[in-house]
Amino acid sequence: MRTNRKAAGRTAAALLTACALALVAGCSGSGGKDSEDKADDGGGGTKAKTPRMKIAMVTHSGEGDTFWDIVQSGAEVAAAKDNVDFLYAANKEGKEQAQLIQSYIDQDVDGLVVSLAKPEAVKAVIAKATAAGIPVVTINSGAEFSKPFGALSHIGQDEAIAGEAVGEELTRRGKKKALCVIHEQGNVSLEERCAGVKKAFGGTVENLNVEGTNMPSSTSSIEAKLQSGKSTGEFDTVVTLGAPFAAASVKAKAGAGSNAEINTFDLNEDVVKQLKAKEIGFAVDQQPYLQGYLAVDELWLNKNNGNVVGGGKPVLTGPALVTEKDVPALEKFTARGTR
Amino acid sequence: MTTTAPPVKDRPGDGDGAGGGPAKDERLLGNPALRKLLGRPELGAVVGALAVFLFFSVVADSFLKTSSFGTVLYAASTIGIMAVPVALLMIGGEFDLSAGVLVTSSALISSMFSYQMTANIWVGVFVSLLVTLAIGVFNGFMLTRTKLPSFIITLGTFLMLTGLNLGLTKLISDTVSTKSVSDMQGFESARKLFASELTVGGVELKVTILWWAGLVALATWILLRTRFGNWIFAVGGNAEAARAVGVPVRLTKIGLYMGVGFCAWVSGQHLLFSFDVVQSGEGVGNELIYIIAAVIGGCLITGGYGSAIGSAVGAFIFGMTSKGIVYAEWNPDWFKFFLGAMLLLATLLNAWVRKRAEATR
Repeated sequence: MRTNRKAAGRTAAALLTACALALVAGCSGSGGKDSEDKADDGGGGTKAKTPRMKIAMVTHSGEGDTFWDIVQSGAEVAAAKDNVDFLYAANKEGKEQAQLIQSYIDQDVDGLVVSLAKPEAVKAVIAKATAAGIPVVTINSGAEFSKPFGALSHIGQDEAIAGEAVGEELTRRGKKKALCVIHEQGNVSLEERCAGVKKAFGGTVENLNVEGTNMPSSTSSIEAKLQSGKSTGEFDTVVTLGAPFAAASVKAKAGAGSNAEINTFDLNEDVVKQLKAKEIGFAVDQQPYLQGYLAVDELWLNKNNGNVVGGGKPVLTGPALVTEKDVPALEKFTARGTR
Repeated sequence: MTTTAPPVKDRPGDGDGAGGGPAKDERLLGNPALRKLLGRPELGAVVGALAVFLFFSVVADSFLKTSSFGTVLYAASTIGIMAVPVALLMIGGEFDLSAGVLVTSSALISSMFSYQMTANIWVGVFVSLLVTLAIGVFNGFMLTRTKLPSFIITLGTFLMLTGLNLGLTKLISDTVSTKSVSDMQGFESARKLFASELTVGGVELKVTILWWAGLVALATWILLRTRFGNWIFAVGGNAEAARAVGVPVRLTKIGLYMGVGFCAWVSGQHLLFSFDVVQSGEGVGNELIYIIAAVIGGCLITGGYGSAIGSAVGAFIFGMTSKGIVYAEWNPDWFKFFLGAMLLLATLLNAWVRKRAEATR
């Protein structure tokens, strides 16, 4: 028994040593946690001395969406600076989003930030918030609804204008047939983007619905569409409406043996890498960080200094066209998830 | 209903229902009222609901405010209205995976039909009822005809409806959501019925709560006091044996699917008249929530046992948990985890209580 235990101890020790060695010797030369930018979040500075206030943001985001994560980090930095308690909740169903807003009204928050992708669904509850004296700032899409709903300001991107900017750029690049990939079935603002592309683009545009929360399925759908295009006239460009789908399209393009140029709305770290590698032509940034940051800041300014931004017009955070040339400046920011 | 119940034994509350166990002489046991209470399928869920309620009362400051109460009840009612027929269906031994999107379909149909025909809204509402009932008949008919598992049949309906919702909406209105119908004739009266608000003692209550209560009462009456209710327990317990004693199995199942269609119609109309515009892509995934509510409420997945009141308690637990997490201001990234953990705990407690209850019988 004793010898057995000793032997076991020795084996364990040997294993431990081997593991430690493997850890030291097996260090990756590139990537991984060590390569992360150690820079601070860009907020820094001292905290405001204004009384503590509570601001809640309710969006239509799905779970683990990169875009909304950047919005949140912008809002969190502004909240930390402004001495604000920042709360966040999201649900992609309009009915549920409205219920979440109602829960925050019940909690008597000092300000609400709401995304307007499904304007009709949140109309009534926004009216309730303003009636209860809670100021509302709307963000992202749906600028035209903001004012009639009684919101203080709107901070976001006009989807049609952004779509048109993409359409113009595609025409400039001499494209003829585009595939517009919609990753959230039934999202009005995504449809508006594709419609904008169609309006300003000289060639033809076809829309494709993919299951946005299922990447493998999205990739295969795009691949199948690119392949089917071969018989009816090949697509020479793919426009995706969210950054993760650009990467999926790059894969799909290789799979389908297509020559289409991939272009995308929104940025993330991968898109910047792919811009650098010339796998993606251009990206349209709507600067989500600004939407979160400015929305919180606006509510804070309004409470403490009575300010309103925008002068009754939406404050546009995009579209900003980004190409390979802008990569050196962008890399640092996307890597830490703020751009 | 004065008809005498047919000789079908599997009824909750009968004392010798699903629990089984060695038959004891009933006269030797104590308080019959207590015994009856312990035999109810929803008992575990009620204890679970109390636990969840107490928990959030302690951790979330704004949970006990009266306005929050209205919000929680509303959230529970939107799930609960559908959990009732789903529970009956489950007692009857079947599932319906198309229940979630059927709600959206129902709203889309009434909105688009009225708009395109420029008809009174009530015409669309009525057409929508016919269509949802027809889809229920289709589900039930396919199921009983092919004898395939309801999982497969309704999965097919679920996918087809998801596609139809988007495809038809885009074909007809050119966008993914319907046009606004709030200025059409009949909208206001339909809104009163399906989406109005009542203020009771300072608390704003949505009319869906009344619908929910009404449906639970109706379903309970059907289950415990009518011949059809006995048939439901019978076909869910053992369809072959039920057929042998003369229960119309096929008719019962088709009827249950029509029940789902009817309630989907009610929820769909609520969706339409409270938001006026319907998004075609919504509803996916809700079918599981209805099933979860029914299961928490004491329905056996294998059929033959359960109650409508239990499904209501299950929906209430779900509503309290989903809103309680918001009131408690927990980090939203963990929302689904907390939700899952709370539900699991509630279900475990439910199972434990039921076991204890059966042991004391």
